[in-house]
Amino acid sequence: MKIHEYQAKAILAEYGIPVPKGEVAKTPAEVAAIAQRMGGRVVVKAQIHAGGRGKGGGVKLADTPSQAAEVGAQIIGMTLVTPQTGPEGRLVRQVLVEEALDIARELYVGVTVDREKNCAVMIASEAGGMAIEEVAALTPEKILREWIDPLLDLRPFQARRLAYALRLEPPQQPQAIALMQGLYRAFLDKDCSLAEINPLIVTRQGQLLALDAKLDLDDNGLFRHPDLQELRDIAEENPLEVEASKYRLNYIKLEGNVSCIVNGAGLAMATMDIVKLAGAEPANFLDVGGGASAETVENAFRILLMDPHVRAVFINVFGGILRCDVFAQGVVQAVKKVHVEIPVVVRMEGTNVEKGRELLQQSGLNFIVADGMRDAAEKVVAALRSGGGRAA
Amino acid sequence: MSILVDEQTRLLVQGITGREGTFHTEQAIAYGTQVVAGVVPGQGGSTHLGVPVFNTVEQAVRATNANASVIYVPARFATDAILEAIDAGLSLIACITEGIPVSDMLIVKHYLQNKSTRLIGPNCPGIISPGKCKIGIMPGHIHKPGHVGVISRSGTLTYELVWQLTQLGIGQSTCVGIGGDPIIGMQFIDCLQLFQEDSDTHAIAMIGEIGGNAEERAAAYVRAHIRKPVVGYIAGQTAPPGRRMGHAGAIISGGQGTAAGKMAAMEAAGIRVCRSPADIGHEVAATVQMLAAKGGER
Repeated sequence: MKIHEYQAKAILAEYGIPVPKGEVAKTPAEVAAIAQRMGGRVVVKAQIHAGGRGKGGGVKLADTPSQAAEVGAQIIGMTLVTPQTGPEGRLVRQVLVEEALDIARELYVGVTVDREKNCAVMIASEAGGMAIEEVAALTPEKILREWIDPLLDLRPFQARRLAYALRLEPPQQPQAIALMQGLYRAFLDKDCSLAEINPLIVTRQGQLLALDAKLDLDDNGLFRHPDLQELRDIAEENPLEVEASKYRLNYIKLEGNVSCIVNGAGLAMATMDIVKLAGAEPANFLDVGGGASAETVENAFRILLMDPHVRAVFINVFGGILRCDVFAQGVVQAVKKVHVEIPVVVRMEGTNVEKGRELLQQSGLNFIVADGMRDAAEKVVAALRSGGGRAA
Repeated sequence: MSILVDEQTRLLVQGITGREGTFHTEQAIAYGTQVVAGVVPGQGGSTHLGVPVFNTVEQAVRATNANASVIYVPARFATDAILEAIDAGLSLIACITEGIPVSDMLIVKHYLQNKSTRLIGPNCPGIISPGKCKIGIMPGHIHKPGHVGVISRSGTLTYELVWQLTQLGIGQSTCVGIGGDPIIGMQFIDCLQLFQEDSDTHAIAMIGEIGGNAEERAAAYVRAHIRKPVVGYIAGQTAPPGRRMGHAGAIISGGQGTAAGKMAAMEAAGIRVCRSPADIGHEVAATVQMLAAKGGER
């Protein structure tokens, strides 16, 4: 789960990490009031669940409260396009108004999981302010790593090593060590998959602060953090994905027009792949789970048909424990209930597949029954080319 | 032969009385797996499906000589179940449970160091040596005893491949579902090594997916150590970056973990990589036929 910058900073502050003074605003008037209270220059930052906001005009400086209101009016309500939002961009609903600081240096520090070494790793770099992946690709020598033993935590000597390597002045070193240890504690306590401060700045006065912060939460860890669940902002998510999540359907909207209903995540990805190989584009990833019941299939149909681009449906199910005849009954029921008016290609394999196909063919509905994944993908593409629109 | 599990495997089921535990234990017994014990705290002394139930894994092992465990315990209790099974010295643990936090798995991996226990999963279908022993949630009847070893991060996609193979008359020595999480027990490399050592396995099929670099590392291992033919497929060639595709571990982040990168690494290592999931069975069949014609190594 993603959270906003201001939420991440509030969490980091609990761990003793210095963050700039700031408040959230939803209107230009609120922006002005906050700027007034803070006095001096402020930075107005769009709060969306995507990085690269500065490049898209989502972060601006203001010298006076009235200027802040002006800048706030520009940012609030804008559709912000960044390298991470995709071309459609993201509507900005709120901004973070912060004190502007005199920046001497921009560094990077972050914690993530090293899937190869099976432990957390703290990454630090002198090249702050740019995407760490870019730094790693262009100047790998500027990436420093300390792997963390889960029973030892981040030891002071490890943080010290990073602080020296970042060429921090002696007065800043104790600050840096405390900050790094706090960051690791936050990462661990909050079940993060990523905890990142980028940039970590050194001000001209020699103080370290988290100028920007990003915490990604491990969805599997959320059950033990009811407070963090509250931070979910569904306005930042695709509405169809939000709807699907209510029924525990694993749905991700894509750009194509062939909707896929599949049991199992790996098979769902494979189904998208074969749609593409056959010359069409998948409209979504959808895993209905191993035990796809009639109700699940019905919900799946309802949600994917809300996507106006969908021109055909590709159902791909491997019936193992779930018998194909039982599944076919569910599909027939669902299609009758939901009134599906575009071609539905069904490919089933596994237990009782003959009976399942029979049920589909005898249903009086216009299913296109396929034999194998390739055949199914080809039939979907053929249905698209013939214009679709056939009532199922 | 086969790897990891066979007729000698004495299985213990953690969470045997739950809905999943009950259903899949019935299936395992029907398949011929020796299920010798169940463990459910608070229900020790009872019997479920004709299997004695114990309060702790330690008691169950002492009383029944169980040497493997399968875990059907909800995510919030599963970490403790894995640690208890490792502590009891079982040689193999298959954790089917989905949804275990990554931070818990880091502790599990730490505890596994310098132990002889092998962990499969979590978030996996389990392991089966067709005709001998079935541990997990895969449908037994789609399998056929034979000589192809299967390793996969997926569930139903593995069944798909196994079914393709069985339909083509090609049996499997052992099929291991290593799981779809970012941090898992046994990896591709661990299974590849065992399949290389198993004289009954003649060819290997590996199904990977986007996210992480386990396939790239496996490719390097294949190039250096595997003398048997390997056929591969990577799911998620059309997956967008930055999105988790169902499995917690299936995510392209920062340009890393793409299908294209994995496929290139595997091809460079001499693995026969299929673009289409519909072709994997045929590719394995062609490989097996060629092997028979040549009579041996790749």
